[in-house]
Amino acid sequence: MFYLLQVPVPRDIPLALPLPEWLLIGLLVISFLLHIVFVNLMIGGSILTLWAEIKGLKNKEYDTLALEIARTTTVNKSMAVVLGIAPLLSINTLYTVYFYSANALTGLMWISIIPLVAIAFLMTYLHKYSWQRLHNNKPLHIAINAIAVLIFLFIPLIFLVNINLMLFPGKWGTIHGFLSALLLPNVFPRYLHFLCASMAVTGLFLFGYFGRKAYPFEVHFQQLTRYDIKRKTYSLTLAASVTQFLLGPLLLLTLPAKGMGWNLIGIILSGAAIAIPAMWWIWKAISGPRENIDRHFWKIVTAMSITVLFMGSGRHVYRANALAAHKMRMKARTAEFEQRSATARAKPVIEEPAIRIAPSPGDITKESATSPMSTPYLLTMSIILLLMIVVQLVRLSSNILYLRKDRRLRTDQEPPN
Amino acid sequence: MFHLDWLNDRFLIAMIAILHVLINHGLAVGFIPYITWLEHKGVRNSPSDQITDKDWDHTAYRMMKVAFIITTTIGALTGVGIWFSVALVSPASIGSLIRVFYWAWFTEWLVFVSEVVLILIYFLTWKKANGSLRSKLRHIRFGWFLSIFSWLTMAIIVSILGFMMDPGNWKTHHSLLNGFTNPIYLPQLAFRTPTAMVVAGMFGYVLVMLFTRRSSPLRAGFVRSSGKWLLCWIPLSLTGAIIYYRAMPAAMTANISVAVGTIEFQQYYDLLKYVIAGAVSLVAIIAAFGILKPGKVRLVMVIIPCVMAFGFLGIFERVREFIRKPYVIAGYMYSNLLRKEDYPLFQQDGILKYATYTSTPEVTADNKIEAGRNVFMLACSRCHTTHGINSITDVFERMYGPGRPLNENAMAAYIPNMHEGRTFMPPFPGNKKEIEALVAYIRYIQQTGETLEGAQTEGVIVNRTNNTETTQIQK
Repeated sequence: MFYLLQVPVPRDIPLALPLPEWLLIGLLVISFLLHIVFVNLMIGGSILTLWAEIKGLKNKEYDTLALEIARTTTVNKSMAVVLGIAPLLSINTLYTVYFYSANALTGLMWISIIPLVAIAFLMTYLHKYSWQRLHNNKPLHIAINAIAVLIFLFIPLIFLVNINLMLFPGKWGTIHGFLSALLLPNVFPRYLHFLCASMAVTGLFLFGYFGRKAYPFEVHFQQLTRYDIKRKTYSLTLAASVTQFLLGPLLLLTLPAKGMGWNLIGIILSGAAIAIPAMWWIWKAISGPRENIDRHFWKIVTAMSITVLFMGSGRHVYRANALAAHKMRMKARTAEFEQRSATARAKPVIEEPAIRIAPSPGDITKESATSPMSTPYLLTMSIILLLMIVVQLVRLSSNILYLRKDRRLRTDQEPPN
Repeated sequence: MFHLDWLNDRFLIAMIAILHVLINHGLAVGFIPYITWLEHKGVRNSPSDQITDKDWDHTAYRMMKVAFIITTTIGALTGVGIWFSVALVSPASIGSLIRVFYWAWFTEWLVFVSEVVLILIYFLTWKKANGSLRSKLRHIRFGWFLSIFSWLTMAIIVSILGFMMDPGNWKTHHSLLNGFTNPIYLPQLAFRTPTAMVVAGMFGYVLVMLFTRRSSPLRAGFVRSSGKWLLCWIPLSLTGAIIYYRAMPAAMTANISVAVGTIEFQQYYDLLKYVIAGAVSLVAIIAAFGILKPGKVRLVMVIIPCVMAFGFLGIFERVREFIRKPYVIAGYMYSNLLRKEDYPLFQQDGILKYATYTSTPEVTADNKIEAGRNVFMLACSRCHTTHGINSITDVFERMYGPGRPLNENAMAAYIPNMHEGRTFMPPFPGNKKEIEALVAYIRYIQQTGETLEGAQTEGVIVNRTNNTETTQIQK
């Protein structure tokens, strides 16, 4: 039992942060929110596609709706994955030891994210591009998307387990793989809170997507009207937001006390307060006259974005609170180790440490690169020159193609350049 | 520590990284200009009263679709996967590198995001652009500019890679320009550019065989075009490969004065010659055959050259592995993730004492095997397994005779000096007692066949001299 209570104090990486800490934190919070919004859209979109396609078995219009939503999901998923890199970099930098320790302890599941997400993405494409070909075999077609949805629902759990585990160094010694880390308190409330947010964000996004003027709604749908879709998507956002007001407190109550603080409560409550007018506007839009449904859209988007920003900051504040004490200890440990290492270096006890220092390898490189200043300069200039030539060539070939074509094809248009 | 006892930890990174390079070079950098060229051809070869040849254009579109799907799924995920796997296997080194190269990676990320957005636009606007001549031409121009952009992305990333392998002064030279002056940079670019085109052309060739009907004029046209594309790039790719090949030993000397002449590198270097010759000639033959007799080409004939082309590109990636050893960050951190400057301390007090996780802070007569296991995990497991790939028992059996029981004394005498003979090995970090424990453990696993599980299944045991309580006292 005594051993179980031991809290490890690893050594930190003894190098300075590349940027001021506040800036890195800012980058982390903002880039994470950008990433997570697209993740929300990807998950919410794929779930709604599943729902609409099943509903589409009876009503063809919903099948079309499913396809239209699926088209947005494949784009959103690409954004989600590329936007994930910046927060990953930032958390690696700010919380190196914590994050890596959690990764290592759930290693197999953590690395499985890569193949699992790749499979889920391939499934969403297969689903989207086999719509016509499999229209006679709907169960199979729906099943393809269902697999993607299941994977999408599972992946956030892996991330949450890691993000949660990194907050509790005291638990590291007790963890044996992913499943035991999954059972730490607070993973599931966070997960539900996240899923609900996905539905709310997706509802709002689809309202804007189907509602925009450039969207050829009448080409795709005959029975369903723009108003129907807007009402449905708004209702989804409202319902999900109301649920958040139940899940939020549950999440807050199950959070281990060590990261709690008035700063956290203040941020969370302000965030929640800003969501209330947004919910009121949505309610008015769906219960009011048809023509007024668009009235508060941008106000709602703004309010909800601020809420998201507050919640994202709250998430960070909890992490900072929870790890503050441990970070101090880690700092002390690192300094102590550095001190000892320096002493040992100055007075090697063993005769001569069996390390030989290579004859300043830096000099060798300098020699091999004839002139370190002129090479990059010449290189940059020649690349710019080359680019200019290529651009001109592209323009030229485009013009030639244009002139080769029949006058009728050209008449109502200006020359391409 | 995370440890894969059969697959080998490094192998995990290599697998993901090479897959990523193959997809990035072959299906993005090389493929976009190839497809744009085909799209251009469709417009050029169609009658003057039509915007483009519909069948031709549709086939090119379907080829792009395959590349688009693969790059945005497996391609993108293996890119993230490099981060994930390196963080698992080599946390101390990537954690250090990130603190120094944050901006380089952040820039790379920005470029990467723009590239993905541009590819999305290029692919998703294709069909819509077919509506008018003007928008079609605009689409083609967009394709060319995207090609330039993805080439630039590659040029920047290759520089960042070179930059991080630059010896010794990794902390003093923060400028990216340093990456461009690395002696291996230009040869790499000279090789990667045309070879990406060749791989793309070969991959396209296979797709043509899948997407067009046998003996149709459409297939003949595509086969001929792919053949021309390949023949145009092969000489350049061969030249690039030779330049790169020649530059390698120089880069090795420049990077680490000790690494030249290791047996592994020599074997690899010899093999490389045959791979270059084999792949290039095979691709050239199938390309020429396609131009002369497009009707006679069959799917099975193009698959092997395609695999060879990918292999050709992939095998060059191994160079990086050789250049680094015995360091993971030249002059600063060895491949066992221990800093060179901490070696005197470790040799004085041992590595176990300072480990965050170990069940044995000190070697005693009772815990020898267990302590040896901990030493193995800390000092050897980044590159060696117990019985899997690059297994420690195999390595020693190869030295002392296969199947024979290992001699602890011989091993204990050998280990402190191994880095002299095997220059790719870092010196042993710990003290004498730890060597004794380690050799006892190695002999033990040879006899029992016991394997070693990593932290991902076994969990960790906190070093009892190294936790909150002890830290508070010293604070």
